[in-house]
Amino acid sequence: MRIPPKASQAIAVALLGGATLLTLAVLVFVIVFVLGKGLPVINWAFLLDVPREMGKAGGIFPTIVGTLVLPLVAIAIALPMGVGTAVYLTEYTRPGRVTSVIRFGTDCLAGIPSIIFGLFGYIFFVTILRMGWCILSGALTLAIMVLPTIIRTAEEAIKAVPNSYREVSYSLGATRWETVLKAVLPNALPGIVTGVMLSVGRCIGETAAVIFTAGTALRLPDSLFDSARTMAVHFYILAREGISNENAYGTAAVLVISVLIVNSVSYWMMHKFISGRSA
Amino acid sequence: MKFVTSVLLAGVALVVMTSGCGRKAETAFTVAGSTAFQPFAEKLADQFMASHPDVNITVQGGGSSLGIQSALSGTAQIGMADLVILPPEASALTPVVAARDGIAIIVNPANLIKTLTTEQIRAVFNGTTGNWKELGGEDRPIRVVSRETGSGTRSSFEQVVGGISLLREALVQDSNGTIRETVANDRDSLGYLSHGLLNAKVSAVSVDGVACTADQIVAGQYKLVRPVYLLTKGAPAGAVKDFIDYILSAEGQDMIKQDGLLPAK
Amino acid sequence: MKPVGERVVEWTLKGLAFSALASLLLIAVFIFMEGAPFMVRLGVKDFLFSSDWRPQEGHYGIFAMIVASVWVTLGAMLVGAPLGIAGAVFLNEFAPESVRRVIKPMIELLAGIPSVVYGFIGVMVVAPLIREHLGGAGLSVLAAALILGVMILPTVISISSDAIGSVPRSYREGALALGATRWQSVHMVVLKAARSGIAASVILGMGRAVGETMAVIMVAGNAVTIPHSPLDSVCTLTAKIALEMGSAVGLHRQALFATGVVLFIGIMVLNGLAMAAMKKRSART
Repeated sequence: MRIPPKASQAIAVALLGGATLLTLAVLVFVIVFVLGKGLPVINWAFLLDVPREMGKAGGIFPTIVGTLVLPLVAIAIALPMGVGTAVYLTEYTRPGRVTSVIRFGTDCLAGIPSIIFGLFGYIFFVTILRMGWCILSGALTLAIMVLPTIIRTAEEAIKAVPNSYREVSYSLGATRWETVLKAVLPNALPGIVTGVMLSVGRCIGETAAVIFTAGTALRLPDSLFDSARTMAVHFYILAREGISNENAYGTAAVLVISVLIVNSVSYWMMHKFISGRSA
Repeated sequence: MKFVTSVLLAGVALVVMTSGCGRKAETAFTVAGSTAFQPFAEKLADQFMASHPDVNITVQGGGSSLGIQSALSGTAQIGMADLVILPPEASALTPVVAARDGIAIIVNPANLIKTLTTEQIRAVFNGTTGNWKELGGEDRPIRVVSRETGSGTRSSFEQVVGGISLLREALVQDSNGTIRETVANDRDSLGYLSHGLLNAKVSAVSVDGVACTADQIVAGQYKLVRPVYLLTKGAPAGAVKDFIDYILSAEGQDMIKQDGLLPAK
Repeated sequence: MKPVGERVVEWTLKGLAFSALASLLLIAVFIFMEGAPFMVRLGVKDFLFSSDWRPQEGHYGIFAMIVASVWVTLGAMLVGAPLGIAGAVFLNEFAPESVRRVIKPMIELLAGIPSVVYGFIGVMVVAPLIREHLGGAGLSVLAAALILGVMILPTVISISSDAIGSVPRSYREGALALGATRWQSVHMVVLKAARSGIAASVILGMGRAVGETMAVIMVAGNAVTIPHSPLDSVCTLTAKIALEMGSAVGLHRQALFATGVVLFIGIMVLNGLAMAAMKKRSART
């Protein structure tokens, strides 16, 4: 303790600031690296053409479709389950043993790595239910994966709805469900949408769980029972098989841009939602 | 009401789920297996579907073992396996040789070694030879790169060379592409990959004095060769048979030859 | 007496509320069903403590993979934890509001970059640097630790930053009133008060590192050995599962599921620790 307090403060701030700068530098490097190599490849033909020769030539259109459809179906499945859970936890019960058990389950589910989801989806949906590799198998697996995110964000959003809203609704003679439907959920909507966007972001970037459940077919899927390939999987295959580094970079750039857009929108919404609440 | 609708939708999804993702039309089928043959199958399927608009072919990778497994279980109607010796469970399937493929032993272009014997290859992959000096090269360690367990390329390689128990320190990569990249970037490494995927970034060594070229493979001189099998449950019929016939036709075999594999006959 | 509709809704919601729990149980049951009998038949000791993995010859020992996962995870913590905690402290305690407003969302965007992209950068940039400057194959424990360390940064930063932010202002003011410098108040008071939240952030980061698959396959080299140096190539539990799952049949597949069981238990233990740490925090404040 021979260093005077002022000096140690200066050293500490320099070190902490340096660490933060380093983190930022890594982020900037990752994004510049991917976009720098990938953006020159991207044009309308790349986005809208079908891949030829396994993606060596042509575009990535079917993988864009796969990337759109898989998260959409996953959300369509996870949203009712997640919001239903959140409504039950906040509006229909008081904190107690049941809620803590449910919360424990949700927290555990949130920590499970995606490869375990992949294993489960492969054994349960693909093999035991004989669904094969298809969009639905993948979407069901992803739905379970993002369920905790949806539950948590919906719960926070519902909790943030002021009690006076519910009281007004009850005083008008509404039942509990009517209150939930007309007073609570509409006001919690921005928060719920944030959760949905975060989940979409996670689905878009997922690889391990998708390869084993939705398969890797490169054709444009006709229905939910067809296998599909997402951009993340396509990028992995292009890069790994050494099919075309150029198209791999292009795919990575489209992928990173999509994820950044989805995450920025959800971040912005969350922010707006929080500041709207506190105002 | 929106909420109720979504609950209903989830219900519908569940019903659909339990009823399974069966293929709708009789003319749709799946081809799965060997990742080495997957690009060829994709391309062949595209060509075939162009002339047969009523047929719908899905091509999946997954590896040779998966190809056999999914042909047995009916997940795929055609399994692709590039193995020298088919495993016993494949005896329930009808095999057709669609193409042949050489396995090239590759080193970094900066490496002085241009030829190896089968004996030397075996010793390197077993770990008994660990330095390039022992093979007449520089005094540098040998870094062995292999494929993952279950890869058809790896099984074929180990079956043809014989007596290999891969040393533990070997790097394992899950595709031809990464094997090629690893060897191209690391001057101490030695690996193997499908002959069709050779490029200028790596150099293929001669094995027992025979160069790894298409001519030598076709002539039957180059030793490290494996067949690519298409496996069906029972004799192929209908659209599946048409597709296999197309692959074996002059047009199909030409396409296979263009992209670096060798014709079946 | 509630109307029938209301009761139907309530029961439906109650059913939905158990969906997460049910999914968790379903996953656990199926992974264990496929993996646990194999483990018992082979002998738990042989499975866990042998490092001989040669599926074709019937040898299934995952010790080397367990060691590899531990090494890679600890390495990632060495990189990610100090950087992440430092970032959280700086942003919460020293950075001006305007800077924090810009930087925090940017760092959270790091979390959205897909793991395959990180893995690719590991292969193209990090591994060659290691190979050229430090030797070895480049694809190594070190490369995996660096990439994973960066990948867990957002988790560590956002959770520890929440923990630091929830320390009551009066704690800081008390310290400052006693004549402490800002830094003294931070490291003597704020960090102590937030330590269980920070611990939780590090443990959750570890969970993420243990479970990461695709990036590790790409950069760790996947040699099934017990590493002797950070430059050695290793194969983690997750990498082994993903590499061989596609083509595994019979016993081999069961062995991979048994590997999944080990991974599942490990992750659950980490989650439990993190939850306990969080609970301690909420109980105290």
